[in-house]
Amino acid sequence: MNNPKNLKYAKTHEWVKMIDDSTALIGITNFAQDALGDIVFVNLPEPGDSCELETSFADIESVKAVSDILSPFTATVSEINEAVIDSPELINSDPYGTWLIKVENITDQRELLDVSAYELVCETEE
Amino acid sequence: MGSYIPSTLAERKEMLASIGVNSLDDLYVQVPAAMKLKKLDLPVGKSELEVVNIMEELSLKNKVFSAIFRGAGAYNHYIPAIVKSVTSKEEFVTAYTPYQAEISQGILQSIFEYQTMICELTGMDVSNASVYDGASAAAEAVLMFKDKKKPKALISGSVNPMVIRTVQTYCKGSGIELVVVPTTGGVTDIEALEKMADSTVSCVYMQQPNYYGIIEDAEKIGEISHSAGAKYIMGVNPIAVTIIKTPAEYGADVAVGEGQPLGMPLAFGGPYLGFMATTKPIMRKLPGRIVGETKDVDGKRAYVLTLQAREQHIRREKASSNICSNQALCALTASVFMTAMGADGIKEMANQCLSKAHYTAKSICEIKGFEMKFSGEFFHEFVTTCPIKTNILMAELEKKGILGGYPVDDGILWCVTEMNSKAQIDTLVSIIKEVCKG
Amino acid sequence: MNLIFEKSRTGRGCSILPKSDVPMYSLDDKITRKTELHLPQVAEVDISRHYTQLIKRTHGLNNGFYPLGSCTMKYNPKVNEEIASLPAFKKIHPLQPAHSVQGCMEVIANAEKYLCEISGMDSMTFQPAAGAHGELTGILMIKAYHEARGDFKRTKIIVPDAAHGTNPASATMGNFTTVSVPSNAEGCVDIEKLRELVGDDTAGLMLTNPNTVGIFDKNILEITKIIHDAGGLNYYDGANLNAVMGVVRPGDMGFDVVHMNLHKTFSTPHGGGGPGSGPVGCKKFLAPFMPVYHVVERDGSYDFDMPVQTIGSVKAFYGNFLVVVKALTYILNIGAEGILEASQNAVLNANYMRALLSKTYDIAFDGICMHEFVISLEGLKKNTGVSALDVAKMLLDRGIHPPTMYFPLIVHEALMFEPTETESKETLDEAVDLLLSIYEAAQNNEEQFHQAPLHTPVRRLDEVGAARNLVLRYQF
Repeated sequence: MNNPKNLKYAKTHEWVKMIDDSTALIGITNFAQDALGDIVFVNLPEPGDSCELETSFADIESVKAVSDILSPFTATVSEINEAVIDSPELINSDPYGTWLIKVENITDQRELLDVSAYELVCETEE
Repeated sequence: MGSYIPSTLAERKEMLASIGVNSLDDLYVQVPAAMKLKKLDLPVGKSELEVVNIMEELSLKNKVFSAIFRGAGAYNHYIPAIVKSVTSKEEFVTAYTPYQAEISQGILQSIFEYQTMICELTGMDVSNASVYDGASAAAEAVLMFKDKKKPKALISGSVNPMVIRTVQTYCKGSGIELVVVPTTGGVTDIEALEKMADSTVSCVYMQQPNYYGIIEDAEKIGEISHSAGAKYIMGVNPIAVTIIKTPAEYGADVAVGEGQPLGMPLAFGGPYLGFMATTKPIMRKLPGRIVGETKDVDGKRAYVLTLQAREQHIRREKASSNICSNQALCALTASVFMTAMGADGIKEMANQCLSKAHYTAKSICEIKGFEMKFSGEFFHEFVTTCPIKTNILMAELEKKGILGGYPVDDGILWCVTEMNSKAQIDTLVSIIKEVCKG
Repeated sequence: MNLIFEKSRTGRGCSILPKSDVPMYSLDDKITRKTELHLPQVAEVDISRHYTQLIKRTHGLNNGFYPLGSCTMKYNPKVNEEIASLPAFKKIHPLQPAHSVQGCMEVIANAEKYLCEISGMDSMTFQPAAGAHGELTGILMIKAYHEARGDFKRTKIIVPDAAHGTNPASATMGNFTTVSVPSNAEGCVDIEKLRELVGDDTAGLMLTNPNTVGIFDKNILEITKIIHDAGGLNYYDGANLNAVMGVVRPGDMGFDVVHMNLHKTFSTPHGGGGPGSGPVGCKKFLAPFMPVYHVVERDGSYDFDMPVQTIGSVKAFYGNFLVVVKALTYILNIGAEGILEASQNAVLNANYMRALLSKTYDIAFDGICMHEFVISLEGLKKNTGVSALDVAKMLLDRGIHPPTMYFPLIVHEALMFEPTETESKETLDEAVDLLLSIYEAAQNNEEQFHQAPLHTPVRRLDEVGAARNLVLRYQF
């Protein structure tokens, strides 16, 4: 699977789609879904919750692991993707088309990688 | 002298040769010589016959009472013969945890059946495969709701003191502030609870029937808890819950309890059984093992340990609990008990406990100097006052092979079950009358 | 196979209780249960048959070899069961007056005496019901010790990366942060890294020796000294005691507090996952912090003592008493010489298997092992596509319970074998032959492994489906 060029990436395998300067969608990358294996459950925050930079805002459970998903921003959760709650397997089949949360009021963020820098990270981890 | 090691000295020599060493000592080369033990200061081994004699003699230093009127956390109930027969089968006794599902369907299915029965008893949606006992189940339940924003947990003072102490120990370790709600008239002080239940409280724990045997206003306690945004945990008696409103009917979020009455002997305190059940929205917080139903590659129905990603062997320091084993054989015991008794059987048991306890209470309170300490409705335990020193009364009862009620702060906590015949109860009452004369 | 509920028929049941001999009492309708109660309705003959069907699908120690690494599946002597069934043990109410339970108290006191001798400790509590429960107890005692000295900055517990998952989980329950110390190429604690990690925020170290890859760490005294010098305490996870009991004692290795697993080392049965018993022993200076109900002798008789600075209790009453009875029976039976013989032969059997397999399989760590050893199938997987899981499934078809899989985490495609001392040479030979033939088969026919097992009642369960569509009970 190709990692889309129009997205930004975090070293910890989250992808980000900036909608504007203070709004974004967040999901996990193909590398992450592959490492997790078949996903069975996603534990998302509630709309209105705040998320903090580099702190876990959700966790994703597979049969063999539970992974904390780290936030690339300090922001407020505006929407969550209900579809993944009912069908967590969507993250496996379409990681880049399946967002987890939408955030707004971004007040802090870390340096995000572009696709080639991210792919380098993946190569070293393998 | 006793040895369960099959290999002969000759065989051991052969094996040493295969390994390429000369002696057993050579296998311990990594152990620094200075650390090695010269000798274990333990008795020399004995034959099976001698050991049986020693242990039987030890057991005879105990007194077995022929009539038991004491509960306070451990209850004397009838255990159907089929329970012992099934639970002593060597496969059930000696098997390991069912991690290899394909060859462990027997254990896994029996746990699935157990989980179903606990859900039926408590009215809750999901049960785990059991934990160590009722007290640790209570503690684990409180820990389920650990919340940085809600650092307090409330526990009613009418809960069994050993349960309170266990929950306190776990809470102190975990950084939760446990506060005991005062009691009045032997039950939770509702007014006090109302004042104490606020947004800093993550959960409220109460016991039904409570330590003094009284059936509390569990509905009101649940309302207060939920109004404060706290979760409601009820510790229940598994026999009583078949005729008293269930935790689900009371709106509880978690139901726990001591499962010993479901076929486990008194056994000086253990092994017992802790059951834990909760609602669907909360089920991922349940500690311990859970068995789920699935299909195999040929489409056959099968059972497997599931939700393991929450457990210690995967989550490690992020696990919500360190619990590894359950009390599998005790859970099996409970299942066989519930199957042998059936719903009607356990309800009958509960009704007999209830009726015999009320008959006993009435009869004891006809004796001068004895009255009910509290006025609340009770199940099978109740507290009376006592006009003489309790140890004198207990000593006299003991001479007749009777274990009297448990002495509690100026009173006696009596317990009556289906095991106490009317004749036994009448004898008890007449002895008390005799001892307290004059 | 049907569930017991599917075998129910309305109106069936057993006749257990007599009619009540006292007037019936009724509760007020406001507090009575309204929800229907569904439990099985079956006759005793069908109960008997149901559970017989279930045991046909259960693998007990009586069915065959059970070489689960880190579980010590040694034989469970039947005399233990008989003694634990004596009415004078079973019918004793835990709240009987002390003078009427001197037998029970003497059991506990003697078990304490012998197990303290074996572990090199001064005092012991039997309240913890399992190993993990013992770990929690020990962690809380360490915490109480530091706090009693007014030292509240010790917030870290050091745990090797190869440790069992209960270790860090227990540390978390004590509100500690777990710090992982890496293992070196020999599978032992990396001493230099350990030196870097300790400080005045070190509450303690949790360790097992031999470690989880079956190697005795010869630097153990140095390791425990590093922790002590930093002001921390050393906790011994007794899961691997079967390798060294009678040879060396955790108390002499620099450990301050230990737990033992009676259901591993001391032959009490596993019960399909419990009940076990995880007594915690400690050095004198930690005794004041032990849980309540410590059996002591006073003026010629036994009674309970409440340690002055007790952490409280980790469950109600005194522990899994009947399990302690079984362990005591075992210790009396095999005696001092039997304790030593057991560990020596556990190590002998493990090395024998390891030596025979080493020419073919990759043994994770070179040299003499203790009571268990780990093989890595990483190479086999790369060359043939056959993984540790596949080999385990193949073993299922041949009647041997597979070894522990994928633990410890520091070895890839791990299979850990612990034969124990109670297996005969021919059982070990058969197992080795089987594993060697499986290796052969893997070279030529990968596909049959992915099909295995073929002969078990169910095969290759859908664990993902189980977790995605949770069905955790039968619905009536």
